[in-house]
Amino acid sequence: MIVAKRKPIDEIKDLLKDYKKVLNVGCGTCVAVCLTGGEKEVDVLCAELDMARKMDDNPVDIEGTTIERQCDREYLEALDSKVEGYEAILSMACGAGIQFLAERYPEIPVLPAVDTTFIGVNQGVGWYEERCRSCSSCVLGMTGGVCPVTMCAKGLYNGPCGGTNDGSCEIKKEQPCAWYMIYERLEKQGRLDCIINFKPAQNWENQVPRTLIQPGYEKPE
Amino acid sequence: MKAGSNLEKILEAGHFAFTGELGPPRGSNADEVREKAEFLKGNVDSVNITDNQTAMVRMSSWAASIIAIQAGLEPNYQMVCRDRNRLAMQSDILGAYALGVRNMLCLSGDHQQFGDHPQALGVFDIDSMQLINMAKTMRDEGKFLGGADIEEPPKLFIGAASNPFAEPFDWRVHRLAKKISAGVDFIQTQCIYNMEKFREFVKRANDMGLLEKVYLLAGVTPMKSVGMAKYMKSKVPGMDVPDEIIKRLQGAEKGKVADEGIKIACEQIEEFKELKGIAGVHLMAIEWEHMVPEIAERAGVLPRPEV
Ligand code: SF4
Repeated sequence: MIVAKRKPIDEIKDLLKDYKKVLNVGCGTCVAVCLTGGEKEVDVLCAELDMARKMDDNPVDIEGTTIERQCDREYLEALDSKVEGYEAILSMACGAGIQFLAERYPEIPVLPAVDTTFIGVNQGVGWYEERCRSCSSCVLGMTGGVCPVTMCAKGLYNGPCGGTNDGSCEIKKEQPCAWYMIYERLEKQGRLDCIINFKPAQNWENQVPRTLIQPGYEKPE
Repeated sequence: MKAGSNLEKILEAGHFAFTGELGPPRGSNADEVREKAEFLKGNVDSVNITDNQTAMVRMSSWAASIIAIQAGLEPNYQMVCRDRNRLAMQSDILGAYALGVRNMLCLSGDHQQFGDHPQALGVFDIDSMQLINMAKTMRDEGKFLGGADIEEPPKLFIGAASNPFAEPFDWRVHRLAKKISAGVDFIQTQCIYNMEKFREFVKRANDMGLLEKVYLLAGVTPMKSVGMAKYMKSKVPGMDVPDEIIKRLQGAEKGKVADEGIKIACEQIEEFKELKGIAGVHLMAIEWEHMVPEIAERAGVLPRPEV
């Protein structure tokens, strides 16, 4: 899932300082699962902002609502009838959702309440770790299911580097060396031949905005 | 002859090579490079010019390489993958070659988090293995990585580093083999202190026939003090410093620790001269350039052969 973290209250306050009527929109998908921007967090942020603005003698009329997915047109429709009359929209979705809202309501400033952080896994309640950089050309098949682009601090395709330190990455002891893990796993599986050959330079495909159209589908005119 | 550098000629002729290292200044004073160069001149076959070593901004390695050439030294131009993408790397290779550089060393580079700009974007567009291959393709096929022809291909003698110690140890020789298949001509190893492990590494490399395909220069850094040895042991990633080394330094007479360090280095060099598959020594006397003449003398590698 996409993992995000909420921006500090002062930063959000600053973004909203000129607006007196604000709609705070949560998203019920990834950011809800990672406890950042779902229904509950929308309520909490609304209450926080309400209180803070009162203390500043600059009250705000803030209302919260959460839709299933901000990155999906189908669900955004539900907002069309609500946005009327608001000076600004605050979005607690990931960067994709925020942009999709901004695109749909170009007359109204749409402002981010979270920092989108990574694509990752849920290691435990409230504990998430990055696992994927969406590079568009997955090499997990040759690297024993450990992503060198994400998990190696230098994104090496022919690791490990000379700094690998007894299973740890050179950047810090607590960070496992991705290439050490790759080696260990492939060795156990008897598949070291996967990484025995030189891997040539990557054709980076994530340097321009990407579009995907599934086979059998078309982009509407 | 691939590049015709002095280092290549020395190695081709079967001489035991001796290379040094020079770190460019943290400023723009060319005299600092010249001063260090004076100590190295005549005592080494080629000198590595480091590239933003330890991720600290320094004078660019190609510029310092040119100053070294003017000062009568042959540079081994280091290039790390951290700070440049493939366009910048290739254009720097062309420029360095145009100005007389004939050796280069391809490295990943220390992570930017260690240096004085920890907030920097680490480029790592290609890795050190791919850099080797790119330099080789430029030289031997006269083509850029993108496939286009190069008008006048840069003919560089291509080097890389190797860490013979880091775990997984079993993978070390395979990684060396990979560098060879990527196209490396010579290797300079990480500083060696654990001789036993190094002998094992060399044995395995010999068994695989690797040292017939590449020139391996053993990395030596004399210890200046007990503190330095302890620091290297505990703080420098990938460094293997056995306790015996520390004990030996501790046992040295007062004021004679650095001398003992040089003695250990010279003993190592003597062994490397005899070790099958070792083509020379790479002396990394970091911020100790003024000692290079004495170390070279005591290591019995002077005078350097003229080729
Ligand atoms: S130590 Fe391992 S994970 Fe860290 S940069 Fe080097 S190869 Fe990558």
